[in-house]
Amino acid sequence: MTVLDMAQLSLREINETLQGAAKAQANAAYEIANPRGAHAVAVGLDGPLAVTVKGSTGYYCAGMNKEAAITVEGSAGPGVAENMMSGTVTIEGDASQYAGATGHGGLLNIKGNASSRCGISMKGIDIVVHGSIGHMSAFMAQKGNLVVLGDAGEALGDSLYEARIFVRGAVKSLGADCVEKEMRPEHLALLADLLAKAGAEAKPEEFRRYGSARTLYNFNIDHADAY
Amino acid sequence: MDKTPPTEPRQSWTFSREVNAEIRRAAETGIYDIRGGGAKRRVPHFDDLLFLGASMSRYPLEGYREKCGTGVTLGTRFAKKPIELKIPVTIAGMSFGALSGNAKEALGRGATLAGTSTTTGDGGMTEEERGHSEKLVYQYLPSRYGMNPDDLRRADAIEIVVGQGAKPGGGGMLLGQKITERVAGMRDLPVGIDQRSACRHPDWTGPDDLEIKILELREITNWEKPIYIKVGGARPYYDTALAVKAGADVVVLDGMQGGTAATQDVFIENVGQPTLACIRPAVQALQDLGMHREVQLVVSGGIRSGADMAKALALGADAVAIGTAALVALGDNDPKWESEYQKLGTTTGAYDDWHEGRDPAGITTQDPALAARLDPVEGGRRLRNYLNVMTLECQTLARACGKSHVHNLEPEDLCALTMEAAAMARVPLAGTDWWPGKPGF
Ligand SMILES: Cc1cc2nc3c(=O)[nH]c(=O)nc-3n(C[C@H](O)[C@H](O)[C@H](O)COP(=O)(O)O)c2cc1C
Repeated sequence: MTVLDMAQLSLREINETLQGAAKAQANAAYEIANPRGAHAVAVGLDGPLAVTVKGSTGYYCAGMNKEAAITVEGSAGPGVAENMMSGTVTIEGDASQYAGATGHGGLLNIKGNASSRCGISMKGIDIVVHGSIGHMSAFMAQKGNLVVLGDAGEALGDSLYEARIFVRGAVKSLGADCVEKEMRPEHLALLADLLAKAGAEAKPEEFRRYGSARTLYNFNIDHADAY
Repeated sequence: MDKTPPTEPRQSWTFSREVNAEIRRAAETGIYDIRGGGAKRRVPHFDDLLFLGASMSRYPLEGYREKCGTGVTLGTRFAKKPIELKIPVTIAGMSFGALSGNAKEALGRGATLAGTSTTTGDGGMTEEERGHSEKLVYQYLPSRYGMNPDDLRRADAIEIVVGQGAKPGGGGMLLGQKITERVAGMRDLPVGIDQRSACRHPDWTGPDDLEIKILELREITNWEKPIYIKVGGARPYYDTALAVKAGADVVVLDGMQGGTAATQDVFIENVGQPTLACIRPAVQALQDLGMHREVQLVVSGGIRSGADMAKALALGADAVAIGTAALVALGDNDPKWESEYQKLGTTTGAYDDWHEGRDPAGITTQDPALAARLDPVEGGRRLRNYLNVMTLECQTLARACGKSHVHNLEPEDLCALTMEAAAMARVPLAGTDWWPGKPGF
């Protein structure tokens, strides 16, 4: 375990070290001390590496992650794990807006709550939120799974495509073209797997599934007031 | 018998044939008109400017003998690896999806032969264009289709798209006919659906956020790549100033005549400012911040010739970009397809239903049979020729004004033919030493 202290080193030095260690494929472990809300911490990692951030981060922590396992022992600012490709990002505290935005793969595991627009435009990522999520979450979500153990805010899944949303608590309202869907055995199995991966204590049967009604997939003038 | 002289049938200016036809079309279909291309209305443009040339007080340079440089370096502010272009004209971002793979390859080949860069577009980076473009700019768009760190790292520059001149404030559109399996796969979407890309970025909202976004992109790419910010011609002074503030290396400014693959006609024709009106305010912003030539300005929207290029440079741009003209060079709207245009209910020069994917010239299509009509090697050769001609024309004008580099052209070399152009370009109306808004008058 190597400790990198943000009170001593610049962001560039820290990211360069982490990016080099990830690329070296050595499965090394790093700890980041004193992040103090810094932006763009541990971004662009491409390879197996364990990073533990000892505190809260600013914008875009773990952005575009590939393969690395990054844990934030605090809360994360806007756009955590944005456009993640693979690997695991765990937030012990809460996450701000646009968590996991446009993510293509991997697992984003948020132990606290997530703010608005969680999973916006997601493209294959799995996101598990142990608490609740804010409004407009999964807006235009294309692919992947969003699992919420708590409640969801207004306009959940607005204009979504093929992403799946599972919510255990209350949904304040559904966005345009988002509907509740039948929970079939394959969904229960998928959910059980995601909950296990995220270490979440919940039963798949307690969730409801939401997805696209697909009525906005091809423009139809009779649906114009849905926009 | 009393005979009243007959009145001539008189068409209304307000309710012209075209206007009435559009009303009938709307009444019939219930949906607005979507099309490709840029604004078709006439707006003040580079045609309304003239170069003065050398005279008693200015020495010209000898054509073909005395050197007139054309090179430009983009990204000198922060990037470790700025882009060096041999000529100050680049190929603008056009999406794979809107264009065929062959068309993207032809653009890459032509640009590379001419010593300049080309640009990806909405929908991600294709092998065709990466493989055939020596210098490739990778667009970072609201949709983030196909966005990934590997392509980011193998790009030569990154262009954050905030807006486009054809539709400042509008998102993208690719209708179902063009969402083939390959296009859908690259965008993580189902095949055959109408695809509307978002008009706002998903993870930042204003220039303060954008500054942090740029920090992230630089950290991911080791501070190597120049980062451009592309804006539509909306509020060029403030948009340029804010782009500089957010940390751009290059500002790409696209006026209202700029092309699009598919947008509502009402949007194309009614939103944004003419390219000519955008340049001086943008240059002013750069000068006010002490950043002119430090942050490079690339201007696009209706650039067609070396004369347009020379005029844009004289007004303070560092380079220009072309979209539509490059497609025409490849064969878009070529008269040889006239009978096919007729079948589609249009004619050479007017064909703009690029979103339908039935382009006879094989450029704005995903249909394999149509796309095969464009030979990428021949297309690349044509584009190279055209880019070379533009450059020669620009040098001809620069030498006539006595300039040993095209960047030495200046507003003082120009006059305007109309009051409007004089006001927008801030150069004197021909025959006077005055323009509307000139201080001291
Ligand atoms: C077919 C086509 C596709 C385009 N796709 C994009 C795009 O994906 N992203 C973008 O920023 N601009 C796009 N544009 C706009 C061009 O980048 C550029 O701003 C414009 O074409 C410049 O004006 P011009 O066509 O008059 O040269 C597209 C333009 C055309 C004609």
